[in-house]
Amino acid sequence: MALKIVKGSIDRMFDKNLQDLVRGIRNHKEDEAKYISTCIDEIKQELKQDNIAVKANAVCKLTYLQMLGYDVSWAAFNIVEVMSSSKFTYKRIGYLAASQCFHESTDVIMLTTNQIRKDLSSPNQYDTGVALTGLSCFVTPDLARDLANDIMTLMSHTKPYIRKKAVLIMYKVFLKYPESLRPAFPRLKEKLEDPDPGVQSAAVNVICELARRNPKNYLSLAPLFFKLMTSSTNNWVLIKIIKLFGALTPLEPRLGKKLIEPLTNLIHSTSAMSLLYECVNTVIAVLISLSSGMPNHSASIQLCVQKLRILIEDSDQNLKYLGLLAMSKILKTHPKSVQSHKDLILQCLDDKDESIRLRALDLLYGMVSKKNLMEIVKKLMLHVDKAEGTTYRDELLTKIIDICSQSNYQYITNFEWYISILVELTRLEGTRHGHLIASQMLDVAIRVKAIRIFAVAQMATLLDNAHLLTGNMQRNGICEVLYAAAWICGEFSEHLENPMQTLEAMLRPKVATLPGHIQAVYVQNAAKLFATVLKSQEGNTEGTPAQETSQLMVERLPLFVQSANLEVQERASCILQLVKYIQKLQQKDVEVAEEVSALFAGELNPVAPKAQKKVPVPEGLDLDAWINEPPSESESEDEQPKAIFTREEPKHSRPRHTEVDEKELAKRREVRKQEQANNPFYIKASPSSQKVYQETHGVEHIPVVQIDLSVPLKVPGLPMSDQYVKLEEERRQKDRADKKKKKKEKRKDKRTGRGKRHDSGPESEEDITPAHMVDIVTEEMPENALPSDDDDKDPNDPHKALDIDLDKPLADSEKLPVRSHRAAEALKSPGEDGDAVSAATLEPRKKRSKEKREEKKKDKDGDRKKSKEEKKKKKHKHEEKEENLLSGQADEPVVQSEESSQVAAPPTSTSAEVSDLDFWLSNAPVPSNTQEAATVAAAAEAASVPEAVSGTAPDSEPEEPKDAEMEETKSSKHKKKKQKKEKEEKEKKKKKKHHHHHRHSDAGGEESVQNGTVEEEEPLPSMSNYCLLAENSYIKMVYDIQGNLQDGSQVVVSVIFENKCDSFLKSMEFNVLDSLNSKLQRPEGSGPHDGLTVPFQLPPGVSNEARFVFTMQSIVMPQKLKGTLTFIVKNDDSSTHEKLDFKLHFTCTSYLISTPCYSDAFAKLLESGDLKSSSIKLEAVLMPFHHLLARICFHHHFSVVERIDSCASMYSRTIQGHHVCLLVKTADQTVSIDAKCDEPTLLGNVLDEIKQTFSQC
Amino acid sequence: MSKFYEHYSEDTEQQIIRETFHLVSKRDENVCNFLEGGLLIGGSDYKLIYRHYATLYFVFCVDSSESELGILDLIQVFVETLDKCFENVCELDLIFHVDKVHNILAEMVMGGMVLETNMNEIIMQVDAQNKMEKSEAGIAGAPARAVSAVKNMNLPEMPRNINIGDISIKVPNLPSFK
Repeated sequence: MALKIVKGSIDRMFDKNLQDLVRGIRNHKEDEAKYISTCIDEIKQELKQDNIAVKANAVCKLTYLQMLGYDVSWAAFNIVEVMSSSKFTYKRIGYLAASQCFHESTDVIMLTTNQIRKDLSSPNQYDTGVALTGLSCFVTPDLARDLANDIMTLMSHTKPYIRKKAVLIMYKVFLKYPESLRPAFPRLKEKLEDPDPGVQSAAVNVICELARRNPKNYLSLAPLFFKLMTSSTNNWVLIKIIKLFGALTPLEPRLGKKLIEPLTNLIHSTSAMSLLYECVNTVIAVLISLSSGMPNHSASIQLCVQKLRILIEDSDQNLKYLGLLAMSKILKTHPKSVQSHKDLILQCLDDKDESIRLRALDLLYGMVSKKNLMEIVKKLMLHVDKAEGTTYRDELLTKIIDICSQSNYQYITNFEWYISILVELTRLEGTRHGHLIASQMLDVAIRVKAIRIFAVAQMATLLDNAHLLTGNMQRNGICEVLYAAAWICGEFSEHLENPMQTLEAMLRPKVATLPGHIQAVYVQNAAKLFATVLKSQEGNTEGTPAQETSQLMVERLPLFVQSANLEVQERASCILQLVKYIQKLQQKDVEVAEEVSALFAGELNPVAPKAQKKVPVPEGLDLDAWINEPPSESESEDEQPKAIFTREEPKHSRPRHTEVDEKELAKRREVRKQEQANNPFYIKASPSSQKVYQETHGVEHIPVVQIDLSVPLKVPGLPMSDQYVKLEEERRQKDRADKKKKKKEKRKDKRTGRGKRHDSGPESEEDITPAHMVDIVTEEMPENALPSDDDDKDPNDPHKALDIDLDKPLADSEKLPVRSHRAAEALKSPGEDGDAVSAATLEPRKKRSKEKREEKKKDKDGDRKKSKEEKKKKKHKHEEKEENLLSGQADEPVVQSEESSQVAAPPTSTSAEVSDLDFWLSNAPVPSNTQEAATVAAAAEAASVPEAVSGTAPDSEPEEPKDAEMEETKSSKHKKKKQKKEKEEKEKKKKKKHHHHHRHSDAGGEESVQNGTVEEEEPLPSMSNYCLLAENSYIKMVYDIQGNLQDGSQVVVSVIFENKCDSFLKSMEFNVLDSLNSKLQRPEGSGPHDGLTVPFQLPPGVSNEARFVFTMQSIVMPQKLKGTLTFIVKNDDSSTHEKLDFKLHFTCTSYLISTPCYSDAFAKLLESGDLKSSSIKLEAVLMPFHHLLARICFHHHFSVVERIDSCASMYSRTIQGHHVCLLVKTADQTVSIDAKCDEPTLLGNVLDEIKQTFSQC
Repeated sequence: MSKFYEHYSEDTEQQIIRETFHLVSKRDENVCNFLEGGLLIGGSDYKLIYRHYATLYFVFCVDSSESELGILDLIQVFVETLDKCFENVCELDLIFHVDKVHNILAEMVMGGMVLETNMNEIIMQVDAQNKMEKSEAGIAGAPARAVSAVKNMNLPEMPRNINIGDISIKVPNLPSFK
């Protein structure tokens, strides 16, 4: 034996070990790939040997190769072998390899379950440790489920080394197997007070991580954490806890108030910068949550800002960065206190570190004022010139625009300056933000009347020098600016000094190289300019220059007519014809200028972005109704799944946009009015734009109902803005003299085009709203509608599953799965014990701290000694609260959060702690309990049972009444809960009914297939022919195959792709390995192995259907085709190629097409004698006969010819014209099917498939 | 060397590492040690936190539940631990003993969460495990070790010019290094 070992190790000498491999790779820099492939071959050889040492060595090398980016998943099984070695050395290698390359889709993982379990219970703590470490990297839902209990046991292992690992890995288990959270939680909580600091910190770590995702479930732990925070000295733990509090405070403002003091103390006392920083951060979070006016906190703000200033002034760049980061958080709520540090922040702008500069830029936003805006922007402009990286420059550019345009150009005193800044910015090379500049130009030019002359002049220059911008414009977006320039010059052409020159500039041949949408604007505005030019030239009475201008247009426009861009082409040819016509008129010496310019007359008003929403839906218009019923293919087939979705989805989305209730809107309007009143640049102030509205005698006088629209609005296909425009048009038309009627048509077009682009001012909205507001129907939200933030959550987020109420008592069903031979009790009791223990350990400490605090607070709380007084206070507070409630929604979040914390507290032993939380927090001025609490307080006084045990509230003086109070709240909560449950149940029932109804209708559809008598029969269960094709974590494919009647050799495969992940799926390619008999039809010119591109991309959660045509030679046999789907998974910032293999199963059924057949024709067919017959018997078919028929019809594409009692004849035809006839009889759960067909093989297969269908159900 | 705590395909991992190296290596010496994830995996919640030691970069990718300065400290602890375990660590140690580095890291970070920050504790555990390994190897290991020593002697001039190519990037990823 020993000899064998020695021999083995001698063999080993000649193998490469990891070091040799590394050395080898380093020596083969040039042909690394080749060298590695030979190494992999060697490794494969080594893996084949029996010697575990050799294998381990090979696996070790593979681990290294994996890190270099080689796929080693082929060796997964060998890794498992090495993992199961009894020697720690090899085991460790195996687990390391596994942790590096196993993941959820590794199939050998399930083989490891028992091995891991064995290792976990190994007497050697390092075996256990290494297994835990490995498991933490590759735990799967299955493993988590199977091993949860073992890990739970390890959490109370005697060795702290194992305990801390077990505690930490529980987080991973929770993620994969959320059901384990509740049973394991009591023990986890217990570990918060583990004597070993490592275990304690691990527990803190896990709970912080859990709480970060679903903070509200962990509010009840706040007192415990608070105690840890005040007692712990481990900075790492402190940081975690403080971060956790940062997440909790937004939910519970009272908590924040409690925290401020200890946090400030920490800030003053700690020397660790990291701790200091986190404290400041949490204080900021607290302040934000309290931002509703707590004047006495200005001291803490000052403290924070001061400390941050120290950080920023520090020479350590890291501190500087973090300081700025935190500063920007303060900026949101307390801009004033930050403003005083402007000097410092400006200084940071000059820092050589880009990250720091970016942070400083963020802060600048809040620093500007009317006085210093120009100065700051000037500085930024300097930076723009100096900046080397494009990203930073782009960032600067957006920031400049942001700063200038913030709160409606509040700080801009000189718009000429702003325009010239914008023009200067256009000289930036390679920026991506051309459209941003463009929209700013348009916005300013439209909204600030006084600036138009200046703007037009500037834009004309820009157009003149367009070639400067066009240098490398195709690549970057700066040419977007020309879009704005052209439009401004055209629209406000009356301000142009030299319109002719601009017109020429716009018609230069080089323009044709611009992107299409810009060209379109060029063409349109050239026409506008042309009108202006004509007007000025005709004034001179000499016809020639005017004619020359027309000539110029006629010469240049054909260039655009040839454009590949449809929009350009269309506009250009329209205008070209117009100009030609004008030319004709000119030759006859007719004055045309007036009429031409009338085409473009009319003032443009900016349309508010929200205006669209305000348009009421006219009575009788159902936006959810189909215009045309969706085409249903062959009645019964895939209509079912579709119909369900299309009908329901609109209902979901509908309430969303009506969410804003009237009150809110009214409030917003008020605010807006205020804003407008204060805004000097608001166009409404300028006389001309008001003119239009002055004519209307108060829009309010026109009730919407009376508007009879010339165009009926029942055109759901029309975009909403059109409706709005029409409405507006209509309204104005009424009040205006009808002299302008002629122009209307033209203007309307123009408006719809532009309104969308220049939606900037709230101005017109103001005018609209009074008329429309009245009509907005506030749709009631469904009763149990949650605040919308729940909707934002990503359904795929693994953390969502962990949103579990931890305070509910454990139900019996909630045990962790235990291997059968183990006693299930062993599990149940530790959970309960844990609770008891934690409570017990809690008490003494809490008491101590309570006493201390009491002493401290005595003088403060002197007036609260008597519970009567307390009660009064409460009542008073309660009244206050009611007032608050009435006064507005601002307070609502607070109330909600309280409610939620209460709801989270059901009546159990654990719930005591939740209520404790309320006590614990109750010294804060916000009342903690609702009415019951207050009223019961008196009764409680009498009953007062001194339950000092549960009086864990460290600093609430009158304990007894509160305990009773707590009980009362408990019971009331209980009631609430019950009610809720009942409600839920009712709703469920309703849903069920609804569902039932649905099915019924489906069944109705099904029954109509039968030619025979229609009876009142049981509804059919819903059916679908779509079956699963393949699935992985990204995508799911289901498919259905149908024959193509038109072409006897084709079948159509409809595949529904469903994106299951939260990334974007694109570039999907569908490919199938053709067989001799069946081929995927590919577009001409592509090779026989090319894939077909799926013609769509899939955003997260979306599914879409694609169809692929296959050509078949013979259809008598079923067959399977192998195929692959490749696609790219695109995240925000990365994309990966993925593929999914599948097998397409062409059953013979899929070649059948349900064809109606009359009974006499059917009889003839049977008599003809050309058909071969065959038959099958189905035993024990329990379903009603009509279900059976419906199933055959649905799944196998037959149609019923005739049905008499328990006997029916059915018919179908293949795509190649084979007839298939069935005679179905039923008696005593036995169904016999006699079939005839002209192709025996086919018939046999079809019958087999039918048999299979029924064996499945 | 790299360590991921979330599954990515090998290609993606390599891409992430390349990108990270690209971002980190072009930064100056005296700038701050944080990089916002942004273009990298995971989005804005993630930060790259790195430290630069001579030719080595230690990069951690962490989400917002981790304290930035805390992680910097953790890197320091990691490096000091390496230093103690390898007795005056140099980059060659890390290159040739990737497995050992992994084992040390495993004692500090588990499944993307910080396990232990106390250096003495870490060293103690690592040493204990190494001792076990040695005792297991026993006689069987001796000849192999001898051979490996011979091999090293045969190559006295192991390449020393390891500059850009060999970075030690550790990317505990995504919900990662929590």
